[in-house]
Amino acid sequence: MTDLVYLYDGSFDGLLCCVFDSYTKKEVLTAIYSDEDFAPSLFATRTVVTDTAHARRVYRSLVRISPTVGPFLRRCHLTCLEEKELYMYRFVRKLYRLGPPLLRSLTDETYLPLLRAVRHLEHEVELLRGFVRFSELSGVLGGEIEPKNRVLPLLRSHFCSRYQNERLFLYDRTHREALFYADGRSEILPLEHFQMAGPDETEARYRTLWKRFYDTIAIRERENPRLRMTHMPKRYWNTMTEFQGPAYFRAQSSPADVRSPGAPGGTPGLGTPPAPLPPAPGSAPYKSAGES
Amino acid sequence: MDVLEKLTILTDAAKYDAACTSSGSRRSFRKGHIGNTTSSVAGCCHSFSADGRCVTLLKVLLTNCCVYDCKYCVNRRSNDTRRAAFTPEELAELTIGFYRRNYIEGLFLSSGVLRSPDYTTELMIRALTILRTTYCFNGYIHAKTIPGTSPELVTALGLLADRLSVNIELPSEAGLKTLAPDKTKAAILAPMGQIRQQWTANRQELVKYRHAPKFAPAGQSTQLIVGATQDTDLHILSLTQGLYDRYQLKRVFFSAYVPVVEHALLPSRDTKPPLLREHRLYQADWLLRFYGFRAEELLDERNPDFNPLVDPKCSWALAHLDFFPVEVNSADLETLLRVPGIGPTSARRILVARRVGSLGHDDLKKLGVVMKRAQYFITCRGKVADGLRFTPDSVLRGLIAAERPSLPQPEMEQLSLFTPAFGA
Repeated sequence: MTDLVYLYDGSFDGLLCCVFDSYTKKEVLTAIYSDEDFAPSLFATRTVVTDTAHARRVYRSLVRISPTVGPFLRRCHLTCLEEKELYMYRFVRKLYRLGPPLLRSLTDETYLPLLRAVRHLEHEVELLRGFVRFSELSGVLGGEIEPKNRVLPLLRSHFCSRYQNERLFLYDRTHREALFYADGRSEILPLEHFQMAGPDETEARYRTLWKRFYDTIAIRERENPRLRMTHMPKRYWNTMTEFQGPAYFRAQSSPADVRSPGAPGGTPGLGTPPAPLPPAPGSAPYKSAGES
Repeated sequence: MDVLEKLTILTDAAKYDAACTSSGSRRSFRKGHIGNTTSSVAGCCHSFSADGRCVTLLKVLLTNCCVYDCKYCVNRRSNDTRRAAFTPEELAELTIGFYRRNYIEGLFLSSGVLRSPDYTTELMIRALTILRTTYCFNGYIHAKTIPGTSPELVTALGLLADRLSVNIELPSEAGLKTLAPDKTKAAILAPMGQIRQQWTANRQELVKYRHAPKFAPAGQSTQLIVGATQDTDLHILSLTQGLYDRYQLKRVFFSAYVPVVEHALLPSRDTKPPLLREHRLYQADWLLRFYGFRAEELLDERNPDFNPLVDPKCSWALAHLDFFPVEVNSADLETLLRVPGIGPTSARRILVARRVGSLGHDDLKKLGVVMKRAQYFITCRGKVADGLRFTPDSVLRGLIAAERPSLPQPEMEQLSLFTPAFGA
């Protein structure tokens, strides 16, 4: 048996096809890469073509072992675990061999890394449900996040049902994709570049109100920055209203400013486009005060 | 006065209220409405303020005008502060504006007593009605019940809010008499009893009629101030347990007293809030709610206060060394929960994992057990951890050292080479 590297298209189905191919072709893998993050190596590589029928067969065989495996693997695929594909592949192989008891051995060395990664993902989703900040931009709610894991698929149902009468989008800067929602339909689409428009009068006012509320609610005698950082790690602060510089709270004076050219490259592929996508004005909200 | 200024005054007046949770309600979206409370089965924190406390709800007073004169309170009538009041419309608009931007999970509405408890509650009901009907707000609302409000108004409030709370504030009748002369124990407990009764009745109603209007679906909570009076931890914890047992409260909050006023009956202004004591009480509160402990196990007449050096669970374990060691591979859930370093999550994981094979010390670490604490109290397959030798004294020292990094540190004193004392 030789060392072999599989390349797949990065989708969940594609990964299941890797499992399928490795069994039908009787090949044991040393690595699985998605097309994007593959650097050429000395090993022999094979590009796996995604076949939905194959993927479904693998999925069904897994769900037959336990109904929890399917959703678990889907979540694994959203995590930021290094070489998650290989971990998942090994886990699946072991699962075929050992059956349901593997799911109870929470200390198993192939299962534990995935369990930890999924816990990390779920924790991040939990935090972001609260830490996402929307801005109202000409009637559309827009927000940005910088998560480590791909959280949008898990945040989707939460925000779409909470703001079901609104139109909204949420941009994931790390993975360059955005969630769009309008009129009961939602979609997650890749979006290369995106810059938030500056606030109008009302928006700037609400930002100021929130900042004031946030600053006032703290009790000075109990100040405890370390505790705050434990609950709310600093990497989330970047996209939160209460930690922005003064420029963030200043309204763009003329409407021309808000509606300047340079729409983002992405396309809202919904039947009913969710929004006249907020265009990118000269001043990005996250730059320092001096730039606007 | 504009809304920004009002918000500042009324937030500042509300900040000493500890309760800021959005848990316990499970209401999915409704067509044409904004918001849901499904995410908040376990609560959802939207931010954390500089003191490390969670910000979930827009916590404000409707007004900080008050006819009462409770000595410990910033809003008492004899205090010379700026007064303000939201109109119900302003408050509703502000809440929706914040909610849409995902700043908050809902509204926490409390109020000073304007004219009379009934009048104030009517104002609150009006604000909440506007929010619920005009703005179709379907998110979380926590409303404060003012002692002395008539039962009909409490009912009306409960039908609008997810959670109600009545603050006990002072843990004893004597404390109330001296510091809050306008309040009595009976007046505080009356609405609490009523809420419990209606809440239970409503549960039964909901079984019969799915669409019966819900009365305070997330139950009720209360708050006790710690450190304003001479009450012991034992007294406070027994009271807490009584409230959980008899009034079926969802939460009891503790609030370390922050000296806001100079008064002969109160601790002086430069006393630090007793944060460690508050922390110990919360730890004990968790033991009551999730670990199956009883107040009388943790404290008794001889030790009426918590040990500041070790947490209540460790201190219980040290006093009951005959209970240990616990064999992890055979102990039941209740016994596992008694071991310091094992919590509900890791205990359940142990139960699952040991069905496949017996667990060793390394496995426990992988399951999330805090071995720094647990190692002294457990055996795996009949053995203690390799190379671990200890005496009761060294266990105590080990446990103190294990907790120290997570406690608020005593303030460092700035050393100076040239202190005035030297010169003199």
